This record gives sequence, C-alpha cells and structure tokens, in this order.
Amino acid sequence: MEAIHALLIPILNLDLLALIAVGTFAGIYVGAIPGLSVTMAVSILISFTFSWEVYPALALMIGIYMGGVYGGSRTAILLNIPGAPAAIATALDGYPMAQKGLAGEAIGIVTVVSFIGGFIGILALAIFAPLLADFAIRFQPRDYFLLGVLGILLVGSLSDGSLVKGIFAGALGVALGSVGMDPLTFTERFTFGTDGLRQGVSFVAVMIGMFGISEGLMQLHTINTPAIKQKIGRIIPSWALVRKHLPLGLQTSTIGTVIGALPGTGGDIAALIAYDHATRVTKNPEVPFGKGAIEGLVAPETANNAAVGGAFIPMLTLGIPGDAVTAILIGALFIHGLNPGPMLMVEQPDMFWFIVSSLTLANFFMLIFGLTGIKAFVKIVEMPRAVLLPVILLLSIVGAYAVSNSLNDVYWMLGFGVFGYFMKLYGYPLGPVILGVILSRLLDDNWRRAIISDQESLWMLLKGTLLSPLSLVLFASVILIFVSKTPLWGMIFRKRAA
Amino acid sequence: MQTKQPRRPGELVFTLAMVLGSLFLLWSAYGISGFEAKSAPGAVPMVTTAIMAACGLLILRETLAKSATTGETLARDILPMPVVVTIIAIAAYALALKPLGFLPTSFLFLTGLIGYLSGGSLARAAIQSLLIVALIYLLFRIVFTVLMPPGVVPEAEIIAWVKALFAGKGN
Repeated sequence: MEAIHALLIPILNLDLLALIAVGTFAGIYVGAIPGLSVTMAVSILISFTFSWEVYPALALMIGIYMGGVYGGSRTAILLNIPGAPAAIATALDGYPMAQKGLAGEAIGIVTVVSFIGGFIGILALAIFAPLLADFAIRFQPRDYFLLGVLGILLVGSLSDGSLVKGIFAGALGVALGSVGMDPLTFTERFTFGTDGLRQGVSFVAVMIGMFGISEGLMQLHTINTPAIKQKIGRIIPSWALVRKHLPLGLQTSTIGTVIGALPGTGGDIAALIAYDHATRVTKNPEVPFGKGAIEGLVAPETANNAAVGGAFIPMLTLGIPGDAVTAILIGALFIHGLNPGPMLMVEQPDMFWFIVSSLTLANFFMLIFGLTGIKAFVKIVEMPRAVLLPVILLLSIVGAYAVSNSLNDVYWMLGFGVFGYFMKLYGYPLGPVILGVILSRLLDDNWRRAIISDQESLWMLLKGTLLSPLSLVLFASVILIFVSKTPLWGMIFRKRAA
Repeated sequence: MQTKQPRRPGELVFTLAMVLGSLFLLWSAYGISGFEAKSAPGAVPMVTTAIMAACGLLILRETLAKSATTGETLARDILPMPVVVTIIAIAAYALALKPLGFLPTSFLFLTGLIGYLSGGSLARAAIQSLLIVALIYLLFRIVFTVLMPPGVVPEAEIIAWVKALFAGKGN
C-alpha cells in the first residue's frame, strides 16, 4: 500500500510531473548537443537544487538523466557526433541512414526502442532491487569494501585509458575524498594546516570542474567544426518494423540492464556490447552493419536506456553507483540527508518507489518529446559552439559558487577543471576520480570496521574473505580484473585461440 | 620497449608532476598516524597514495618508453590560445564577481569570450550576451532562487522598483 502511494506521488503532484517533463525535455537537448553531457548537467544542477526538497530535486535530475541518455542518439544520427558516449555505437549505422535521407526514420525507431529498453530497465529495477536489498543487509563490511574497490577498478579498466591510469585516477579520487577531518577520530587528513581544507574538498566543485570545465576546454579544440545539415522525413515507425526488431531489442535490453547494474559500468559500455551482440546474432541483415542497419540502432539504443534502470539497482541497494551519473545522484541524496544503501530500502521505501515512478514517467515523456519537435530540434543543435561553450562555462561557475556562496569553490572548480583537462589530454579517465571521491567514505569506514572486527589481523581478514562465498566472489572478481590486464592473460587466450 | 603511440608534448612533465605529487601525498598520509594501526585514520590514505605513487611510476616508465617524435606542438595541440584565454577569463570572472557583481561580470565574460571565440563583431556578441545573461538571471533567481553577489548593481532596489511598477506604485 505504501509502495502504491509512493508510486502515485509524482503522478498526482502536478509540480513534480512538470519537473520530470521539463527535465526530460531539457535532457534530450543536453544529451544531444555535443559538448554538453548528462553528467555535466546533473552535476551543475545539484548546486542549484540543493536547497530544494528532495522530491522536486530528484524529479528534475531523473528527467535530465533519462532524456539525456536518449538525446545523445540524435546528434549521432544527424551529425555523426555522438552527443554522449552511450551513443557512440548509434552513430555507426545512424549516420549512414541519415546520409541516405532516412534521418527521420532512424530517429523514430531509436525513440521507440529507447522507450522499450528504458521500460525493461525500470521493470528490472522494481523487481530486483528489493530482492537485492534484502540480500545486501547481510553484507559484511569487507564485502562493501571489496564492492567499492571493484566499482573503481571496473570503471578504470573499461574506460579508454590504461588500467594503470584508471587505478591512479580512482586512488586520487579516494585520496581527495579523505581530505578534511576524519569523522571517527577527528584527526586532520591532508589539510596542511589550512582552515579551508578542514571541511574537505567541495564534492560539487570537483565534479563541475572535472566534468563541466574540463569538457568545455576540450571542446575548444574543435570549436570551428561546421555543423552538417540533414533533411527529416517520416518519423513515427510502423508497428511492423518495431515488431520485427522486438526480439533483438528484448535481448539487448537485458544486456543493457545487466551491464548497467554492474558497479561502475554504464550505458556506453552496454551499448557497445549490445551492438557487438547484434552483429553476432543477426545473420542476414537487410542492410549490412555500418551501412545503415536498423539492428545497429535497435541494439545500442535499447541497451543504453535499459542501463539507466540497471544503474539505479546498485546505487539504491548497495550505495554503489552504477555509472558516473548515479555517482553524482548519490552525492545529491547525501546532500539531502539520505543514505543510499540497503537501509534506504528498509527505512524509506517511499523514496525507492518514487524513483521508480519518476523514471517511468520520464520514459513516457521521452517517447512523446522524442517523436515531436524534431525539425525545431535540428535548428537548436546547430547553435554555434562559440556561443554555447561560454554559456556552459558561465553555468559551471555560477553552479560552483551557488553551493556555499563561496569564491573558494570557484577556484577549486577551476583548478580541478584545468587538472581534469590535462588528465583527459594525456589519457587518464575522469570517471574513476569521481567514483573514488564518492566511495572514499564507504571504503574507509568499511575497511576500518572489517579490520577491527578481525582484530587488526590481515590473515584473519583474508581467511574470512575466502570462507564467505560472497566475499570470495567479490575478491575473485577484483583479482580477475587485474589478471585480465596482464600479459599472462593475453598469452593464455592467444594460445587457446591458436 | 617502444610503444606505438608517440609521447604528447608536456606529457612527461605532467607524469613527473603526478609522481612527485603522489610521493608528497604519501608522505603527508604517513604523517596522519604513521603505522599506528591498520584501522588508524591514516591507513586508507597511506594505501591510496602508495597506489598512486606506484601507478605514477609505472605510467612514467610507459611515458619514457614512448617515442618523443610527434607532429604535435604544445602551443597548438595541448594549450592552444582559446584554451589559455578561456582559463584566464574564468579566473578573471572569479576575481571580478564580488566587486562588480553577477550581472556586469557575466555580461563582460560572455561578450569577451563569445566575441573572441566566434571571431565576429563585438556588438553582436554583446547583444547575444545581454539576452543570455537576462535569461540565466531570471531562471536562477526565480526557479532556483540562487543569490549571486549584486556588486555595483543596485539589484534589490531595481527589483523593488519593478515590483512597485507592476503594483501600480512606480514613480
């Protein structure tokens, strides 16, 4: 009964409904405009909504997230520039379709299958999260510690840079997250005797700097790239076309949900794996992959939208983010005094069902906005970057300042922005830094609880890990990621392949 | 072993800075509680900074192994003028925000940066900036209720005057 009541909150409250609609609409544009990312938008938005009630703040951010993941496909199809990393695979067949004058058809089918994928991800969230939360209550501190390490390692290993750079970035994030007073013993850590650092480094300033400023600076390298113009024809796809690709869509939605639910992996990886799956299972596509195959659109777009619901599963049940956006959403929940994890599901189940309902509504709004207003949309995404980028930078500055009306946060943001810019240039992934900052407290607390409960003995901790099936699986996964990146792994698999 | 990817300009300096920074942080982490206990407040910081230092050294080895021959230059590919100008503009914005206030600082920031990046006329950039600043101001003051420094603009008086005008009491 309580769940039904919570599910109805955003439906019956017109303000919340409007915020989800506005968020989804804005998200489509944010996701579509190259240079604007959902991560960037949500991180800037936190600073503006932190004084709001939690429901409206979440409603707006969920809308932006859902719309943004879908919106990335628009420019991938129209301009061959994926608006978001999750749309990289979409460009492979979407742009060739647009070149053949089929941009409208491509956008239409992408919208419908994104809706299907999104719905399956949300359904999985509603079914599996409560079950996982019941299970997660039995997690030991060492399991949380291992899960945190696993999340950072997965992001580091799956991003473009090398694993070593990914681990470096994750460790840097954890170190940044531990700046300030230790909450257990009130010992100062990395404060260097300065008052400003005793409160810790502003999480929002780090985020806006790393995702807003650094991305803005990177975009300056290609500021003069001219926009490509496309013609838009029929948009709404026929039922026969949707039905034909439904079996593949269901398979790739499942892939997307599972990948999204893995700590640290998001829609971008889900989309690429789904695309690869589609190329394997589609025996005789009407149009070859890479030349405008519909299957090449169905697979990544169902998967990346399904990954949204999937990413919320570890976030809400374990307090471990599924991807960069959910990492930021965890930060937002902390700011609003909530503590994501298994106890959230027990103590505040209404929050969980509110999120499920908001995601579902955002998914419907995505379908409506996705199939309408495309011609006006084309004009807006052609906005010159020389105008767009200064606006993004201004929003980032205002966002960093607004958190605590402090110019210090603006300087931190600029510092992390420039630092993030160099990290990007030299191939360091930024996702693990943010994940490290978010997970720092979880790692620190649970490591200390685990080692204290094992009487400060590493041997007892290792023994406990090997004797618990769950700890063993997590420990083995961490080891597997390391081994998979060593030359030994390559030698074994090359031999087998030979 | 020579890797295929060439070393980018400034990459070696950045990597060295990362290694030295990591070692400095490791030393700071040791200063928190030394090897007092595995559950001490400095334990996790020491492990993380030690990991950073170890990874930094591995990255340094990889960087040194890369061939330095690349067609890229620092001024063109790493720190092109638009990037340098933008970083300076953000720092200048932060410095001017308190004394000048949000409205004039944002207007100057946008006009300067749009004018510079587009290479077009400054008058056109000023008109665009005026519209954008007005939109951002209305959105953030009304929707997000964000308070920004008023600076030299008598913002409170203007808002009161506009309210009075709509209430039919304007002079």
